Amino acid sequence: MPKRKDIKKILIIGAGPIIISQACEFDYSGTQACKALKEEGFEVVLINSNPATIMTDPETADRVYIEPVTPETVIKVIEKERPDALLPTLGGQTALNTAIEAAKTGIFKKYNVELIGASEDAINKAEDRELFRDAMNKIGLRIPKSGFATNVHEVEEVSKRIGFPIIVRPSFTLGGTGGGVAYNMEEVVHLSKAGLDASLITQVMLEESVLGWKEYELEVMRDHADNVVIICSIENVDAMGVHTGDSITVAPAQTLSDKEYQKLRDASIAIIREIGVDTGGSNVQFAINPENGDLIVVEMNPRVSRSSALASKATGFPIAKIAAKLAVGYTLDEIPNDITGETLACFEPSIDYCVVKIPRWTFEKFPEAEDILSTAMKSVGETMSIGRTFKEAFQKGIRSLEIGRAGFGADGKDPAPGSVTGNELEYKLSTPNSQRLFYLKYAIENDMPITMIYEMTGIDPWFLNQMKQIVDLEKQIKLAGKDLPQDLFEQAKKYGFSDQQLAYLTNLTDRQIEQKRKDIDIVPVYKLVDTCAAEFRASTPYYYSTYETECEARVSDKKKVIILGGGPNRIGQGIEFDYCCVHASFALKEEGVESIMVNSNPETVSTDYDTSDKLYFEPLTREDVLHIVEKEKPFGVIVQFGGQTPLNLASDLQKAGVPIIGTSPESIDRAEDRDLFQEMLNKLGLRQPENGIAFSYEEAKKEARNIGYPVMVRPSFVLGGRAMKIVYDESDLEEYFELAVQASPDKPVLIDKFLEEAFELDVDVISDGEKTIIGGMMEHIEEAGIHSGDSACVLPPYSISQNHIEEMASAARAIAKELNVKGLMNIQFGIMNDTVYIIEVNPRASRTIPFVSKAIGIPLAKLATKVMLGKTLDELGLTKELIPSYYCVKEAVMPFDRFENVDPVLGPEMKSTGEVMGIDKDLGAAVAKAQFAAGQKLPTQGTVFISVQDKDKIAALPVAKNFHEMGFTIMATRGTSTFLNEQNVPTMLVKKVSAGRPHVVDAVTNNEIQLILNTGSSSQTKQDGYQIRRAAIKYKIPYATTTDGTKAICSAIQSLKKEGLSVKPIQDFHLENKHG
Amino acid sequence: MKALLALEDGRTFPCSSFTGPGEANGEVVFNTSMTGYQEILTDPSYYGQMVTMTYPLIGNYGVCPEDIESDRIQVAAFIVKEYQDFPSNFRSKGTLSDYLIKGHVLGIEDLDTRALVRHIRKFGAMRAIISTSDLDPESLVKKAQKTTAMQGSDLVGKVTTKKPYFWKYNQPDYIDTNKLNDPLIWRYKGKKHSVVALDFGIKYNIVRCLEEAGCEVLVVPAKTDAKTIKHLNPDGIFLSNGPGDPEPVTYAVDTIKDLLGFAPIFGICLGMQLLGIAMGGKTMKIKFGHRGGNQPVKNLSTNKVEITSQNHGFAVDLNTIGKDHSAMTHINLNEDSLEGLKNDTIKAFAVQYHPEASPGPHDAAYLFNQFAKVIEDAKA
Repeated sequence: MPKRKDIKKILIIGAGPIIISQACEFDYSGTQACKALKEEGFEVVLINSNPATIMTDPETADRVYIEPVTPETVIKVIEKERPDALLPTLGGQTALNTAIEAAKTGIFKKYNVELIGASEDAINKAEDRELFRDAMNKIGLRIPKSGFATNVHEVEEVSKRIGFPIIVRPSFTLGGTGGGVAYNMEEVVHLSKAGLDASLITQVMLEESVLGWKEYELEVMRDHADNVVIICSIENVDAMGVHTGDSITVAPAQTLSDKEYQKLRDASIAIIREIGVDTGGSNVQFAINPENGDLIVVEMNPRVSRSSALASKATGFPIAKIAAKLAVGYTLDEIPNDITGETLACFEPSIDYCVVKIPRWTFEKFPEAEDILSTAMKSVGETMSIGRTFKEAFQKGIRSLEIGRAGFGADGKDPAPGSVTGNELEYKLSTPNSQRLFYLKYAIENDMPITMIYEMTGIDPWFLNQMKQIVDLEKQIKLAGKDLPQDLFEQAKKYGFSDQQLAYLTNLTDRQIEQKRKDIDIVPVYKLVDTCAAEFRASTPYYYSTYETECEARVSDKKKVIILGGGPNRIGQGIEFDYCCVHASFALKEEGVESIMVNSNPETVSTDYDTSDKLYFEPLTREDVLHIVEKEKPFGVIVQFGGQTPLNLASDLQKAGVPIIGTSPESIDRAEDRDLFQEMLNKLGLRQPENGIAFSYEEAKKEARNIGYPVMVRPSFVLGGRAMKIVYDESDLEEYFELAVQASPDKPVLIDKFLEEAFELDVDVISDGEKTIIGGMMEHIEEAGIHSGDSACVLPPYSISQNHIEEMASAARAIAKELNVKGLMNIQFGIMNDTVYIIEVNPRASRTIPFVSKAIGIPLAKLATKVMLGKTLDELGLTKELIPSYYCVKEAVMPFDRFENVDPVLGPEMKSTGEVMGIDKDLGAAVAKAQFAAGQKLPTQGTVFISVQDKDKIAALPVAKNFHEMGFTIMATRGTSTFLNEQNVPTMLVKKVSAGRPHVVDAVTNNEIQLILNTGSSSQTKQDGYQIRRAAIKYKIPYATTTDGTKAICSAIQSLKKEGLSVKPIQDFHLENKHG
Repeated sequence: MKALLALEDGRTFPCSSFTGPGEANGEVVFNTSMTGYQEILTDPSYYGQMVTMTYPLIGNYGVCPEDIESDRIQVAAFIVKEYQDFPSNFRSKGTLSDYLIKGHVLGIEDLDTRALVRHIRKFGAMRAIISTSDLDPESLVKKAQKTTAMQGSDLVGKVTTKKPYFWKYNQPDYIDTNKLNDPLIWRYKGKKHSVVALDFGIKYNIVRCLEEAGCEVLVVPAKTDAKTIKHLNPDGIFLSNGPGDPEPVTYAVDTIKDLLGFAPIFGICLGMQLLGIAMGGKTMKIKFGHRGGNQPVKNLSTNKVEITSQNHGFAVDLNTIGKDHSAMTHINLNEDSLEGLKNDTIKAFAVQYHPEASPGPHDAAYLFNQFAKVIEDAKA
């Protein structure tokens, strides 16, 4: 069946901000889908609030609405655009839920919009556990014993029937939020309460636990003609009980015989047919009893997913792209297989390597959260690695994680063998956690029998034996020491050992072992990911390294540039950097330069096989990158786009003779090194906050006194705001030294003047070394002291005077010139008491580059790449600054709902996982859009709860007045209430939590509060404030924790009340810039 | 233990044996299935071949007596990237290594199997030899060149059953050959469709699938003549898969010629090739064959695509049969080659691929029911 002719215009819903369980993979799949549909001549309309995506580039879709992903937006866009069809299966659970919500309003019927990809019925059948159970029973498949409950009483009834342990699963949520495993009645009630809240339909399913069963996933695709193919099978290393997003997974399945695999295949096909997914991809999860092979169906996702992205990268089969084509009428046998170029998409990939995915967690960012993995996903990113053996892929995967490990241990970072024992070891093995994989190693080193480790972990002995082989070889290498013989050296490389590990084990330096390896000519070869296990010639150069005899890398003699990607997503380094890398690749293509991408993150657009001319799916370590450089001999390597990961490699690579293009590593150093930086600012006559360095508590006290409180303190040896704190007085400082850090001669503490209540700005510039153009200035909504990644900001600035703006611009130009910046640079400024301070300079792509690019309609990363190739800004036609005639607001999206017990206050340490953008002529409306997009449902009436610290009271007054005038009831605790009443703002008094019941949290629980404005710093750990904030998160009540955030929300609600929100595509906004 | 693989064209691959010392020769081919190595090892169609698995990790789930496709290991040698000596699966009854050793079949590992596969893809399946005693490349290549080529030799005789058998309790129930003269041999005549299966190297799962489709299957040696078969008066005749080149299996062709039109005929793989020759056509050797579980085949009457299990190095040239006698029913989507043919007048049809799967997808299992239907229609 060829392409449908009755459809011309298609609306696609994106996934919105990056959150835990919904990351870059939906930019990858969405971008693929948009591209595929545009190629086919359809007009594509897109809704996505996430500016850091390639998907929301004005070139990706014909009309890009950077608006909140909500049913309201969908309705407005449908009214305006009148699309023929809506494709809801490419934007994750968010898009699916939003489409279903919108469908309920009747909008699709009214405007004759057809849901393509999956019908409302199919979505409901897959998502509603009761309908799903019926469907599975109908085709003779079993799902766990289960029951549904909509209240606590029902929870108890059902639990009695099923028996413990019980899995609690809320219906209609993301990534299992609110779910968990309960071992007794008390726990099941507790978990169910949270689950009922998290469920969009206030329903939980209680389910027979299949803890310890083996877990598998199959990716299935189906077309209109009912052709069905399986793209990939995935086996989880972690047994049932750990969310699949938190499991180490392997493709293809390793421990199934053909008989069992075909059973899963048949079941998957029956399921996609029974659920009725007419076209596209689905993911089916199974559990198998390791004792007897009993099979149960865990769940089915009628859409592309994180696993389908992984399956696409693991096999080379672009599931999302094909899904899009199937949705518009094609059948699988009409679509070519891009990778081979000579076969069709209608087949099942065969792979001849082993793929390992390892999740990346960030528990270090949330010390209050317990490091335990369960059925609710906690990881923020993942790496994928490819090897010819499991052992090779596993070790490559670990060193891709960016956790400072060089492989499966053997890098000097573990406690001495045999020192981890007893209870600690048993607990860490039997309770899944982010460190468990290293405890597996300790257990093996302790000679714990594999069967015993299996009993404790549920991890299949096959995987444990693989790990044991690595440990055994490690022992042999250690024994051989410096005289490591050639065959052992070779075997070590085949087992995935890095040079760094071998150096550690043989007591040689990294360089010595590298030299020794080269002397005996052990270098990796590159093999192709070709979908067909070499049965056909592959035309797409998608490579991985391994240690074998035949190298398939097709090295051209063209001018080429390697782009180093960002590795796994984590807090502080996410999709924004991938966006920049992808733009670098686009720019190279435009300039006729061969683009070579190196990255290990399977979720991303950068690792799509057709983003760059060549893709190396490899860890981003010095060794792995050097291998590629030595093979490809590029004209240059770009390190400034992939965030901290490639930047950390810059100077090492340069020392090894790698040509780094763009701003030099020396300049990067001058901005990062404290002394050099100070020297430069002095030379340029620029000011930074007063600062000092202390090697002991006594020194710190002295420095702090000299500088004057409040001060910002942080250890010099950690990056990214870790352990950074604002201290207000000496007792604060003492506490910091007692609890957080110990200063010592080799680990000093840095002390900076804290710019209290200062304005803070982020400025992104592009420079060719001579000329510097300000890309955008963003005024933070939150005052200084909040990590810039967590702070909402506005472009252009809304309250900064023209002379300050000019002062910052000229400072930026001076710094760019001094550092000879070739490419991008980000500067953070603070303005306090009419004085402009320079807080930080980063001569590289910043997190805000995509946001700024979207705001001004100029692709800064792309232009910066061309500058690195030698073009001047004049040649590129970028001659003057562009200040938009509308406001663009960026808001951060926080993961607090995933981590119980964490206080959701903002501070100098970054915690957000994603961002959204709101654009409007009116600042308030732009803020409102950003808030809605971030999931905060701002009320236009009802009750506002206000509770602020004394120092914030004056600032809170006008806000309270405004709310009062808008007709809101103001509820406040005693202190705030008294103050407001004195100022003639009537309030309703409510008790603090510590003052007895009923208190404010009761009011939140009873749905009596629609908005919470609560300030308080975590250093004074106000138990009251904490309880209120947690309640806000639990009950999804919008809240603000800073005074400026409070003001912004107030103006947003004012705008909402005035005229509501309109929608407008980014292309139209950009036109206004051009004309105006 | 160190070993060497030498191809007739001079390329050699140092490797190691995971089954102890030995020497073996045969045609080196590759299979792209990611599961099902035990079914592959015991598939008689691989007789005389050294099979390379493209999936690098083999042995993972051990071996299980239920997963055999014939009464012994049929491959000449087994080539994998990394052998897994610690199987993990609830059905596993032992390691692959022990299984091969017991079957006196050489298994090698630790070579760049992808390089080998690419070599076969470029230069075709070819003769090769593996040795743990002769590690001299030059000498071993010479030995490889001296081995017999597959083309032109009758391998069916090596694998066909010696005695006829029925299928009982999920295994062969052998009977005396002279019983074939007794038309009352059928135990379920009238209740089930009686089918004589000419065994050119039949896989057990074909018998299972036929039985499941309501047939009573009598598997007979390849050299059973048409007269004997006609005397048994079966409702249908099945032509099985098998190893090697169909051209030299002239006795089978003669038998089939005699049987055309006598009863409905269904052929699989070599069975289709022999049917093709019997119908006047010609077969040819294809470069490196189709061996795996992911080949897309389109059924031209329903336009639906089946993902199929395949294992063949020879193919029927449809043009040589002539359109008035037969029609193409299935086509390979990767290269538009013939995958199925039929002749409605004589109620014969056949497929080049393996609807019985094992290993592989079950998409084409309907063909067994289709055969039962043709038999029913013929009776009516």
